[in-house]
Amino acid sequence: MRVISIASDSPEVAGCDEESGVVRKVNMPLARRDFLKGSGVLLGTLATGSLLAGLAPSTAWALELKTLSTEEGQTLMAMGRVLFPHQKLPDAVYALLSKDLDAKASADAGAAKMLKDGIAWLNKSAGGNFGKASATKREEIVRGMEGTAFFATVRGQCVTSLYDNDMAFAVFGYPGSAWEKGGYITRGFQDLKWLPAPSKEASPPPYLG
Amino acid sequence: MAKFDFSDDSVVVVIGSGAGGGTLANELCQKGIKVVVLEAGAKQSSASFINDEWKSFSQLAWLDKRTTSGSWRVAKDFAGLPAWICKTVGGTTTHWAGASLRFQEHEFRTKTFYGEVKGANLLDWPITLKDLEPYYAKAEDKMGVTRTNGIPGLPGNNNFKVMYNGASKLGYKEVHTGRMAINSQPRDGRGRCMQLGFCFQGCKSGAKWSTLYTEIPKAEATGNFEIRAQSHVSRIEHNAAGKVTGVVYFDKDGKEQRQKARIVCVAGNSIETPRLLLLSASNMFKDGLANSSGQVGRNYMRHMTGSVYAAFKNPVHMYRGTTMAGIVRDEAGHNPNRGFVGGYEMETLSLGVPFMAAFLNPGGWGADFSWWMDHYTNLAGMWLVGEDMPRESNRVTLNTNVKDQWGNYAPNVHFDDHDNDIAMRNHAFTQGERIYQAAGAIRTFRTPPYPSTHNMGTCRMSARPEDGVVNKYGQSHDIPNLFISDGSQFTTGGAENPTLTIVTLAIRQAEYIAQQMTERAI
Repeated sequence: MRVISIASDSPEVAGCDEESGVVRKVNMPLARRDFLKGSGVLLGTLATGSLLAGLAPSTAWALELKTLSTEEGQTLMAMGRVLFPHQKLPDAVYALLSKDLDAKASADAGAAKMLKDGIAWLNKSAGGNFGKASATKREEIVRGMEGTAFFATVRGQCVTSLYDNDMAFAVFGYPGSAWEKGGYITRGFQDLKWLPAPSKEASPPPYLG
Repeated sequence: MAKFDFSDDSVVVVIGSGAGGGTLANELCQKGIKVVVLEAGAKQSSASFINDEWKSFSQLAWLDKRTTSGSWRVAKDFAGLPAWICKTVGGTTTHWAGASLRFQEHEFRTKTFYGEVKGANLLDWPITLKDLEPYYAKAEDKMGVTRTNGIPGLPGNNNFKVMYNGASKLGYKEVHTGRMAINSQPRDGRGRCMQLGFCFQGCKSGAKWSTLYTEIPKAEATGNFEIRAQSHVSRIEHNAAGKVTGVVYFDKDGKEQRQKARIVCVAGNSIETPRLLLLSASNMFKDGLANSSGQVGRNYMRHMTGSVYAAFKNPVHMYRGTTMAGIVRDEAGHNPNRGFVGGYEMETLSLGVPFMAAFLNPGGWGADFSWWMDHYTNLAGMWLVGEDMPRESNRVTLNTNVKDQWGNYAPNVHFDDHDNDIAMRNHAFTQGERIYQAAGAIRTFRTPPYPSTHNMGTCRMSARPEDGVVNKYGQSHDIPNLFISDGSQFTTGGAENPTLTIVTLAIRQAEYIAQQMTERAI
């Protein structure tokens, strides 16, 4: 019989805080500016004392672009914030969007042109700098581009770039992989207290053999 | 594991190793019949399954080229992904949620019960619930379905607690943690559910029934069984007498092979199964194999589906625990006063953050979308699944403009919702929202259908050869040694998740094949 032990969590794993959704590993490339050789670079810092700062080896982050310029990367980050505005998500997550789109641009000249043209249109529509336009103006501009290939590409990329990374998991309170922690059978799968418990017929007690 | 020769024409070739193929193969092997299973996908295991939605999707999903058409929303949201089913040893039993409900009596006789429904191609099954009851019992025992055979129900998770409270307040009576092929206690050499919350990603505890680690190893132990993984069948061949003689497939090295067979059983799920029959067209069978009725690929059903998510003031953590161990059955019956025929089930469902972003509102963006993601820990979710109408025009065809990696025409899946499907979905959305409002929801959201997980009907059973593709045993009307062994056989779809019925039909079909072989009828 195959049995997976639920008793012995490693101390490292046991340190995971379910409520805040803190996870152990941060999947974020960190590099010093001196070593960056690309076409552009996105830089930032995680707020000291924030949830994410506690996860990262350093609060400073930098991200190299290979095809897009720094300004283009920043414009895409600003568009990402219009499409999926999350106060709690740091710029570091929106920078992943620019990084992933930059990778697309680096792999395909057609995609690079489409992205650069789209970014230029965003800036032009904002009278020069999309990132500096008012929130209302930015949303109006983005809405006006719905239906274009550029819009579809950026929106589609957001779905995985913004929501499929450890920082987003931590912010949204999703702990991700569960099996190595023994699942939830002894970790709160029925800990909801603000509603009465179902009858035993509807929901029999768990087997803890 | 046995090893059979390519030229051994005494074997039964089964195409696919999921609920239909995997079960049929084991049942035949237990009766001493030699079986070669050809499975297009690679072999995984509980150890190699991944608790990560996108990575697991890449590992298990069928991602060969497919196209879509029609007015269904899936064609717009997921144009290249009509179905979320699997290409791996064990097929979609690796991904399924485990819900195991018997069809209701009237669902085998919809034409009789529902009468003429305009624009629907309703037909009574050539079998009744009574015919299937003994086989349902065998399937439930084999799969270890909770609330049958003295097996206790699963413990309800937080998501169920919300559903239960809302549904009870609304006056629903049949609300419980479901009949699930997931061990609530150790059984059949497998442990009990660990409440991992990753049922769709392959069960890493092995508590959920999958042919991968039940039927297939049991078949292997008989010495009558060989499975060839990463073997994609591209054609079924026949002789001048019109009987099938074997299959052509691409092996794991991409090399074309030919396996002879006494009998061929197709269980590739309801898109690949009709596609293979169509791809096997010949001078003798110009419209494809077993297609004298013209019904191959038609009457494609995918269940009326939709989801309701609701946000609460307090945390739910719906992702914790068995995904679908929670059901409301009160709307499952046939009650035309609701404005539609047939019924639907409401079942708990949750998605992780990555898939919530992809599926909550495909194409959506803006502050409202973000609001839902910001409330992730406070969400509860349910899936709505009900009977959809078979239509001749909803069909799988060959798309002659698109080829797969083997150079064969890709399947196109065309679907238009029937008015009955739309009326049922609206009713189900309303009731789902009312359940959550009764439990104190601050907001509710109607999520459109995901890519189809329940694919049915494209080689349907019929009493008369002109109405369908196979007889009541899944044997094709036209070719006696060609069988359909998956959900393609379904004459109509019922409201229930189809796997239990697929397994039930496979057990019954194995008995029939063995008897026919003994009598040398085939």
